[in-house]
Amino acid sequence: MRWCEYPGYLTGSEVFQNYGCRMFSGLWITFELVAISVTLGFALAIGLAIARLYGPRWAQSVINGYTTFFRGTPLLCQLFLVYYGLGQFRLFWQDVGLWWFFREPFYCAVFTFTINTAAYQAEILRGAIQSIPRGQFEGALALGLHRWASLRHVIIPQAMILGLRPLGNELIVMIKASAVASLVTLFDLMGATRLAFARSFDLSIYLYAALIYLVLVEIIRRVWDRLELRLTRHMALR
Amino acid sequence: MIEKLALLGFGDGGWGLALLQGAGITISIALATLPFGLALGLVVALGKRSENVVLRWLATGYTTVFRGVPELLTLYIIYFGIQILLQRLWEWLGLPGSFSMPPFVAGMVALGVVLSAFSSEVWVGALNSIQKGQREAAAALGLSKAQAFRLVVMPQLVRVALPGLGNNWMVLLKETSLVSVITLPDIMFITTRANVATKEPFLFFGAAMLIYLFFSLVSAWGLGRLEARTNRGYAAFGGATR
Amino acid sequence: MKGFVRFLAAAALTVAGVTGALAQAKEWKEVRIGTEGAYPPYNNLNAKKELEGYEIDYANLLCEKMKVKCTWVVQDWDGIIPALLANKYDIIIAGMNATDERKKQVDFTAVYNKTPIWMVGPKATKGNEITPAALKGKAVGAQGSTIHANFLEKFYKDSNPRLYPTQEEANLDLINGRLDYIVADALALSDFLNGKGKDCCKLIAEVPRDAAIHGPGVAGAVRKSDTALKALFDKAIAETMADGSNKKLEDKWFKLAATN
Repeated sequence: MRWCEYPGYLTGSEVFQNYGCRMFSGLWITFELVAISVTLGFALAIGLAIARLYGPRWAQSVINGYTTFFRGTPLLCQLFLVYYGLGQFRLFWQDVGLWWFFREPFYCAVFTFTINTAAYQAEILRGAIQSIPRGQFEGALALGLHRWASLRHVIIPQAMILGLRPLGNELIVMIKASAVASLVTLFDLMGATRLAFARSFDLSIYLYAALIYLVLVEIIRRVWDRLELRLTRHMALR
Repeated sequence: MIEKLALLGFGDGGWGLALLQGAGITISIALATLPFGLALGLVVALGKRSENVVLRWLATGYTTVFRGVPELLTLYIIYFGIQILLQRLWEWLGLPGSFSMPPFVAGMVALGVVLSAFSSEVWVGALNSIQKGQREAAAALGLSKAQAFRLVVMPQLVRVALPGLGNNWMVLLKETSLVSVITLPDIMFITTRANVATKEPFLFFGAAMLIYLFFSLVSAWGLGRLEARTNRGYAAFGGATR
Repeated sequence: MKGFVRFLAAAALTVAGVTGALAQAKEWKEVRIGTEGAYPPYNNLNAKKELEGYEIDYANLLCEKMKVKCTWVVQDWDGIIPALLANKYDIIIAGMNATDERKKQVDFTAVYNKTPIWMVGPKATKGNEITPAALKGKAVGAQGSTIHANFLEKFYKDSNPRLYPTQEEANLDLINGRLDYIVADALALSDFLNGKGKDCCKLIAEVPRDAAIHGPGVAGAVRKSDTALKALFDKAIAETMADGSNKKLEDKWFKLAATN
């Protein structure tokens, strides 16, 4: 018996045992999807948040429009727009040499999740940066630090700590939201579960999937709490 | 281009009317879920602050579960699972015929349960913000416990909780898109069907996005007004609202 | 006390706005038919949100013969059997093949239709080899939870199977070039090759039927407990076979694409 069949074997569930391996490889795809898109989204969000606060007027409005648009519409709809909608323009993508990217459902999902989470993370970071007193920036400038240096060494580190909790929540939201990837043919945890259900018609398989998601989310929540505790131990906040 | 836009129109072969109906379903399921989810959330919040250990434990477990499981999965479990459970109950009761839960109710229950888990956190925060002295003062004024809650606690609660609950509403509005998988003909359902019928996915999903965006913007505007209204009288005391 | 609890529960269920189809055990006056509405030419939802197709006409004809009132319920394919079991409707008429796997869950009426299974690909595809070895690493699409999905899963492990919620979405991705092949029954694919897929795609080969996976043909699916309903449909189906009315509807709706 392979390791991935054990949970089903131990819980005495035949269907969980039969489809356990598929579900755990689905879990790995869920993990990849979320890890890649949240990391890329974060990198994008830092740039967006800074440009939104300190950039030229036109950049501010563009970024504002971007965050409003992606935070105001459902992820499912965005995913379908990218997967089916952008797929419609195959000839164009072939001309610009990007069709290999939009051809694959996995890349489409990563792309959509990245631009979606970047919009949310940018708003979180903007709020965090804004709540750092302006005097800090001025103080850093007065000490002779360059604009960028003050941002990098003074403002951002503090904003990161303030944003830690909402960013953790965003990570959890993405794990749950990634289940919609199953609707564009990806066999993530949700997709593998739907397959198992479609073949066995055994509802309990959904409960096992729910349990796996729950454990995953709880682990991340606990780890994040510890992380926050560690990073803020020098502060007299609590 | 023009003939493509005709697909969104109301003429023959146009999907305009269907899209409007879909938008109607989306907004009605969101509106129907809201009071149910918020009320249940408040009950759960009171449970979390209860002195009874079992109640506290139950309420915390409830939020942990429904905040941790993907909404799509919750929807499937409720749509199929609850239906089968109630069917068994129906038979056990010896009622004639059979039981069938309409997709609208299933969607409402699933979204409402998720909303209650998230809104309970907001309610807890708001309840914590009301000082104990207020209740004591209300008691000293001769108000009963229920009266104190209704007349003293509740108005303040709503004001403090409003931004958080408003956020819950925005999330709910977007989550309604998932009910299309249980065949409720909402915006997403109509657009996926229109997509396969016309081969114009970009046009239709783009249109769906704009409808959702419109709802979001209107909601944001309305919530802003509402917040300004509930905060009347507070600004005078030196911006206590921030 | 127990009686009172039952009364309360019953009252609560009724108040909850629940619709119970009353007293159907003895005689079927009304039948709720579940279909997918995304599988032309069998069943399809048009722009006016009306159902049309061979099975819509055919089932309405059956209802006429059985003298029952029929109502249609549209249900996504993925949930079509669970929703039958959950009593959302009484019979599935949705191009469903009567396979052994499904027989564990539901009973099937008599077979009313049987079509070959095809594999379709882009016009540029060379040759008509469809062995698992030839399709290694290729993206092959099918509708999820269908016999075709099971077929891919069983024989084409080394290919890259992609399962879609509806057949139409798989077709769309073949046009878009995301897929190298799709597998489905010949009628659904003929509809595609005569219509939207005319310019892009062609028939590659017919797929040999595998008895265990594909089953004997298309039939209606009912709950195992509804034997009376099954008998009713069996009789009506036999009538349409005998008087040629089924054939007439098949001819009206089914136009097999020219095979090369």
